[in-house]
Amino acid sequence: MIDLEFAINTISLGSLYALLALGLVFVYGILKLVNFAYGEYIMIAGYAMYVLGGFGYIPWYVTMIAAVLFAALVSYTTELVAFRPVRTKSMTAMLVTSFAVSIFLQNLVLIPVSPRARAVKFPAIFSHTLTVAGATVPVRNVLIIGTTVLLLAGLTLLMKKTVLGIAMRAAADKFTTTRLMGVPANLVISATFIISGFLAGVVSVFWVSRSASVDPLTGSMPLLIAFIATVLGGMHSLQGAVIGGFVYGLLFNVLSITLPVSMISYRDAIMFVIVILFLLFRPEGIWRKGYTEERVG
Amino acid sequence: MLTVADLYASYGAIRAVRDISLEVNEGELVALLGVNGAGKSTTLKAISGVLRPIQGSVRFLGEEIGNRKPEAIVKRGISLVPEGREIFGGLTVEENLRLGAFSSFDRGRYKADLEEMFALFPILKERFHQAGGLLSGGEQQMLAIARALMSHPKLLMLDEPSLGLSPAMTDQIFELIVALKERGTTILLVEQNAERALEIVDRAYLLATGSLEFAGTPEEMKRKVDLTSVYLGGDEDEPCEVHL
Ligand SMILES: Nc1ncnc2c1ncn2[C@@H]1O[C@H](COP(=O)(O)OP(=O)(O)OP(=O)(O)O)[C@@H](O)[C@H]1O
Ligand SMILES: [Mg+2]
Repeated sequence: MIDLEFAINTISLGSLYALLALGLVFVYGILKLVNFAYGEYIMIAGYAMYVLGGFGYIPWYVTMIAAVLFAALVSYTTELVAFRPVRTKSMTAMLVTSFAVSIFLQNLVLIPVSPRARAVKFPAIFSHTLTVAGATVPVRNVLIIGTTVLLLAGLTLLMKKTVLGIAMRAAADKFTTTRLMGVPANLVISATFIISGFLAGVVSVFWVSRSASVDPLTGSMPLLIAFIATVLGGMHSLQGAVIGGFVYGLLFNVLSITLPVSMISYRDAIMFVIVILFLLFRPEGIWRKGYTEERVG
Repeated sequence: MLTVADLYASYGAIRAVRDISLEVNEGELVALLGVNGAGKSTTLKAISGVLRPIQGSVRFLGEEIGNRKPEAIVKRGISLVPEGREIFGGLTVEENLRLGAFSSFDRGRYKADLEEMFALFPILKERFHQAGGLLSGGEQQMLAIARALMSHPKLLMLDEPSLGLSPAMTDQIFELIVALKERGTTILLVEQNAERALEIVDRAYLLATGSLEFAGTPEEMKRKVDLTSVYLGGDEDEPCEVHL
């Protein structure tokens, strides 16, 4: 049953990448900013798990939930302290700020902790395998799929059924007009950073569990994947981000099994070629629909 | 009710309006006229807080609001229907109206407010669950006005509500403005179509290249101002709609 295995593992990888891309696009949608500090929220959540796990007596699920909430808090704090003061300045100022936040957060763990990787404890169940209809898959992959389904359903409800969600969708389309309705700019922007950080935290739990270790550069690969997935799927809608994540996961796994062993190290290069082709021939991504380019002023 | 005094506003280095003073009293329907680029929209943006005035004051109900944020100003009772309608195209009519009620949401009143909007604009009831972007221009204008009314504004500001609409639709919008005034809404109306506007307003201001040119009743304006000459100084590309 290699096919079912492949399907489950691909959906799992796609789910993880979809959450990753979604977290990046939430902020991009409102601020039109690619937040380069996004990977650092993932890294920080990894360190939170490392520190809490080090105490030894905190249950693993408490550690994970605390790490996810901490990532949301860090994301929110960066918005308050770093992004808010430069929000009405130029786009360049925002981009430079996001680089600065990224480097600051890396140094925040590099100096007091260590530049070397730290082991993060995970419960045994994360490395077990499970047999579903004859297919053997890691329990972790099933957990990723379940978590993603729950989160996507929750976020869909939030965006469609709550006033905050409606306001966030409106703000991604026409920010100034949304404020004219009485929606506070700070409320919408803070909410997107909190959601973005929350998603980064959830991704971190699964991402860090693969190597069970964290180092100051843990966030760079997820940031790159999130960025590529959004280029594939489309920067201009949440649906596009989710689609991009799944397409990335599928491409990655297909390349992994079809490329001859001698070529496997070119997998990333091939992914980049695909991205460049997308940028050249379909810069708006797979999912064309979405909001406009109005910047927050 | 609204008193604007010596208002200056600019876009970066571009000075858009200077030394504007105007007044709107409770229950009045006042027009702000002028050619393309005269600074009408800029004035409304400065009043609604979208553009921060660089000098001068905007007082509303006795309070200085010139340095307030747009979300704070709409809470105080000034609602702007922006130029070009600015409907949220990806949101349904329902969601557009829900956001319109954001600043003063009251669960008990909301349903009744919706019913009132359906009475004013029956088409919105039909299109309630459709995306705003799928409506026609005239329907979008109605939605934009209804969305603004959902906040129970004390002062409603309309920026060129007839822009790009068919003559029949334009008639309908003008009738609506009169009906709203009769209901007691105070209105500041920006219009290109000066002739039509002067038929319905109590008073009018004329802007030219960023400053106030004339203020008075429609009769005075028709008598004393040679509108054609003012309008000829404007943008040559846009044919002038005024023939007085
Ligand atoms: N976003 C902007 N950035 C820079 N300059 C602007 C901007 N918006 C308007 N202007 C300039 O400010 C001046 C006043 O423009 P404004 O939009 O207020 O005119 P208006 O009277 O509303 O004209 P219209 O009838 O075309 O709507 C014009 O010279 C215009 O070019
Ligand atoms: Mg205008």
